[in-house]
Amino acid sequence: MILNASGCLDALTAPDVARSLDAFVTKTVTLLPREGNAPVRIVETEVGMLNSIGLANPGIDRFLSDVLPRLEELGVPLWVSVGGFCAGEFGELCARVDSHAEVSVIELNLSCPNVDGPEESVAELVAAARRSTRKAIFAKLSPVTLDFDSAARAAQAAGADGLSLVNTIRGLALDARTLRPVLSREVGGLSGPALKPIALAAVHECYRATGLPIVGMGGICTGHDALELVAAGARAVALGTILFSDPAAPTRIAGELARELSIRGVSCLDNIRGAAHEPTFSPKPNPQLEVERLTVAR
Amino acid sequence: MGPYALLRLARGRLEPGIPGQFFMLEAPGRLLPRPMSLCLARPRELAFLVDPVGPGTRALSSLETGDRIMVFGPLGNGFRLDVRSPLLVGGGIGIAPLPYAAGALRAPPTVLGFRTRHHAEAASLIPSAEVVVEPTFVTEILPAGDFDVLACGPEPMLEALRRIVPGAQLAWEAPMACGYGACWGCVVEMGGQLRRLCVDGPVINGGTHGSPVGPLL
Repeated sequence: MILNASGCLDALTAPDVARSLDAFVTKTVTLLPREGNAPVRIVETEVGMLNSIGLANPGIDRFLSDVLPRLEELGVPLWVSVGGFCAGEFGELCARVDSHAEVSVIELNLSCPNVDGPEESVAELVAAARRSTRKAIFAKLSPVTLDFDSAARAAQAAGADGLSLVNTIRGLALDARTLRPVLSREVGGLSGPALKPIALAAVHECYRATGLPIVGMGGICTGHDALELVAAGARAVALGTILFSDPAAPTRIAGELARELSIRGVSCLDNIRGAAHEPTFSPKPNPQLEVERLTVAR
Repeated sequence: MGPYALLRLARGRLEPGIPGQFFMLEAPGRLLPRPMSLCLARPRELAFLVDPVGPGTRALSSLETGDRIMVFGPLGNGFRLDVRSPLLVGGGIGIAPLPYAAGALRAPPTVLGFRTRHHAEAASLIPSAEVVVEPTFVTEILPAGDFDVLACGPEPMLEALRRIVPGAQLAWEAPMACGYGACWGCVVEMGGQLRRLCVDGPVINGGTHGSPVGPLL
């Protein structure tokens, strides 16, 4: 199952790309409209990119009245990402989305690195959301912790049905000539290939800690990257930065992932999920080893 | 082409689009593609004018015959060509979309400005153009009369044109990761709102918008 990472695709400007996904995740919606941060908002680095968009979105009212009906026409399962600045806002956002049958999952953006987020704990925020909706809730956690185990268990105990791992991690890029920050807000969220090992560690630890369904994301560029996140424990994967350079990535990566499974003689993803946690993953025995000392030819 | 490279790609299945539209070109070795407006639409080729000033543009201008890169487009809004008396105005690497526009408009009057004589060698892409080199600016040699201006060039040039010809169609640039509305990185102020230059531009009618910031090189 391949999704987009929230904020990395606009289904209304690229409907064909959205239709190539198994579900479309919206850009994070907040209670009030947000223009987002001033430009410069993006910069490329050697191993990734930084963004500091700042949750630009039309606000929940206009999202529900203008955007959601048009997203529904795509015929793709919809996940709505919501972002609050306190537990009460998460509760209100979930309550507003709850009545819309076309939304299958609510993702809680608990980890945007580009705004000053809520002060409450993950447990309090998830609990507020849980009280407001019967829809499935996925908590999107930050990679900035040395203790995924506790954060994941707290989200689970508060009622999360799944985890989205991981959001971007804060980074800084300096202009080569002026040595001043390139981004107007100075720091931004690092995404792309640099994030993959961090995402793998998060998925690996949270899968072991909770067994919850996990959407794994962070630097996926190929089917093999996707396979690794599944092996670490992800139920689904989401594509972010790769969509910017390759709008055909969902179809390409689905094909590559199918080939990865076929090479390994695995019939479906369920049979390889969590493989990273097993002591050995079904090693094929080598044919009888022939050992001989050979001479370099003249 | 002076310091610039004219990157000629076999067209494949891609349509050239409208002058002023752009394509995203894979920059080998870089994470993100680079937005390039189409310079020439030949029968079996798409050609792009590249100024090798950063790692991505250097990678693009170092491509060799037979190399393959991923390209998608055409993207964004091009120039409106249904104008009565067009005048093309270009500055520096900003002349990139004008050769294609000049062909589509049957060689309209054109003025081009460059930093040095070396840069001005790129003016050979539009043989009929009037060319100036700094310290003379294109705004000093605009022909008299009521022209419909289509322009692309450095921000000070576009700002000056916007003041002189309020209805000018101006092609801007901004740092862009995706080119198709996905990343929200390229926003500029238009009509008091931040809007994405890739889907609401890059050609904008002169008027009520602020300047985009510099591009991703």
